[in-house]
Amino acid sequence: MTIQNRDAFLENVASHLGRNRRTEGVERPKWSIQPQFDVFKDHSKDEMVDELEAICDVIHTDMKRTTKQNLHKTLHETFTDLNGKTVIASSDNRNVEFGLDTFYKNFESSGGHVHLWNEDMEEENGLVAERADIGIVFSDITLAESGTTVLFNNKYNGRAISLLPHSYVALIPKSTIVPRMTQATKMIHERNLAGDDVASCVSFVTGPSNSADIEMKLIVGVHGPVTATYILIEDA
Amino acid sequence: MSIKIGNEKYDERVEEGLDNDFMRQAVSSAQGRFRSGKQKQADELGNWEDWRTLGSEIRTHTLENLDYYLQILSDNVEKRGGKVFFAQTAEEANEYIQNVVKEKEAKKVVKAKSMVTEEIGLNDALADIGSEVVETDLGEWILQLDEDPPSHIVTPALHKNKEQIQETFHNKRGYEGSDTPEDLGLFAREQLRKDFLSADVGITGCNFAVAESGAITFVTNEGNARLATSLPDTQISVMGMERLVPTWEELDVLVSLLTRAAVGQKLTSYVTSITGTRLAGETDGPEEYHLVIVDNGRSKILGTEFQSALHCIRCAACINVCPVYRHVGGHAYGSIYPGPIGAVLTPLLDGYEDHKELPYASSLCGACTEACPVKIPLHEQLIRHREIIADEEKDTPIPEKALMKGFAKWASTPTAYKMSAAMARTAMKPWSKDEKIENGPGPMKGWTNSRNFPAPSETSFRSWFKHRKKEEEVK
Repeated sequence: MTIQNRDAFLENVASHLGRNRRTEGVERPKWSIQPQFDVFKDHSKDEMVDELEAICDVIHTDMKRTTKQNLHKTLHETFTDLNGKTVIASSDNRNVEFGLDTFYKNFESSGGHVHLWNEDMEEENGLVAERADIGIVFSDITLAESGTTVLFNNKYNGRAISLLPHSYVALIPKSTIVPRMTQATKMIHERNLAGDDVASCVSFVTGPSNSADIEMKLIVGVHGPVTATYILIEDA
Repeated sequence: MSIKIGNEKYDERVEEGLDNDFMRQAVSSAQGRFRSGKQKQADELGNWEDWRTLGSEIRTHTLENLDYYLQILSDNVEKRGGKVFFAQTAEEANEYIQNVVKEKEAKKVVKAKSMVTEEIGLNDALADIGSEVVETDLGEWILQLDEDPPSHIVTPALHKNKEQIQETFHNKRGYEGSDTPEDLGLFAREQLRKDFLSADVGITGCNFAVAESGAITFVTNEGNARLATSLPDTQISVMGMERLVPTWEELDVLVSLLTRAAVGQKLTSYVTSITGTRLAGETDGPEEYHLVIVDNGRSKILGTEFQSALHCIRCAACINVCPVYRHVGGHAYGSIYPGPIGAVLTPLLDGYEDHKELPYASSLCGACTEACPVKIPLHEQLIRHREIIADEEKDTPIPEKALMKGFAKWASTPTAYKMSAAMARTAMKPWSKDEKIENGPGPMKGWTNSRNFPAPSETSFRSWFKHRKKEEEVK
């Protein structure tokens, strides 16, 4: 049985609420106030990029701005700065659009190693992610207010890429920027209503992992990546 | 462990807290840090009150329709390949989880920090069947190595200093490094990474479930909940039955309130929503998924005047402003839920018998109510608890009963409600003697004649408590 004890449990809840059990017909009320939509309401994309850059300082994240044309150069610098020899990347369909396929080829011929996430290579995906210096993915939605990259993890973008390697690198096409979490969750909500299944894992990733559990002193890099780099790409 | 921590008497726990200088200093400075972080976020938004109003509306609607949303949630988890178990009691929840772990022949279980699993005593239940449980939140791991209970909801090892942690790591794991937080953290990362990679089962709590799609959301900074839900083949999420929202749109609001109110962050490093089992072609995420929905006394709170206590989103903002918590620390409450919300919830979940002192662990200054991001009237609920306790205890001096009724009535008026802690302190100044109110005005007079009423102060807790204790002994 996949759902156990439900009826007795929910009958009990309803009886404590002093009414019969509700199984249908409940509508979300119209909330009296919705302040979340006011944040950066009139910001242009460029203004949101500035907000993103400002918050990156707070979240211990290195942000670089580049263009599609200069992306190879920026990536090369980034990989060198991070001392990245082994890289694991999502097999995103944007890899070709942004010329990453040729970049990875060049990187390999100069001695680096790139593993593209592969649904047929379960063991290798995990092994490489665990020892990789860099995990690199595209941000699906980017939140200017909090400096968050939203990832819809799937068979092309495994959860481990942005989690196990030492450094997290997020490619952020400027077109993915929205004011805050509100716009991302609204989109997920609307897609769900339209019958599209939500990804098995939606990751809101904001900078590197950290902890303040020892004497309230910030430690950057606990279980997840120790460093984070955002590469903002002008794509419009 | 269960909701109740230890068997020492309340007085002894308080004395211990007062005698622990490091802990008191750490608590005080942590409170300051958390408070100013939260204040900064509230100021930046500029309309924090609107956010609180919305948060309160969402929680109220969800709790009033809890049976409906839990049904939708469980249907959606099932659709995505997950199994759902509704547990009326802690025992039922533990037994179900034990069975899953046994069936998987799991030797190692990794856990991400979760208050509800502390509440039901899950670690002990798993130890009983011989499985190794590793707490993976840095603070929780330190406490687990040291066999110590948590003292704060957000930073559980707040009462320990780095030298103590270094010693624990050395004694239990042969650590030879320095006592800097960085080195200690790095050591924990290396040790725990091995556990993550070799674990058979991952167990997490749940910050918010999203009914409309069956997603379970975890809010962390360390990333341990991500690891616990990505690597082991079997995943079990345990949620208190009230921890859900109707749709993703409300998830946004409550997560935003939680991270701001808890740690003063716009968002934590990781907000992770997982739904059911991994999909075709995915090579990480659980192959088997279980959601355990726990009542354990919560339904008894529904339909009562305390229902809004279930609106709590476990941010600890009330703890971070509480002058009593500042002085006695988390362990004095004798509950895994400390501070004002702990003083309200613990007697509701676990009965008055063992916890009847808790509603008195408050100066009723109202700072908790002001701080709560979902507007739970915490200090009013504390007054109601006192009234109930006073009514039940036959040997309570009559004036106290009368006072509590009068005081509750007075405190529930809009004027009193608006009084901040500072204002209350000023207003009471004329009657304060050594920070204790000895000749209170109006309704307080009867009470202060038989026992001293604590002024909303932060300087003389120790003397007030000593005084109060003496009176208790005389009685």
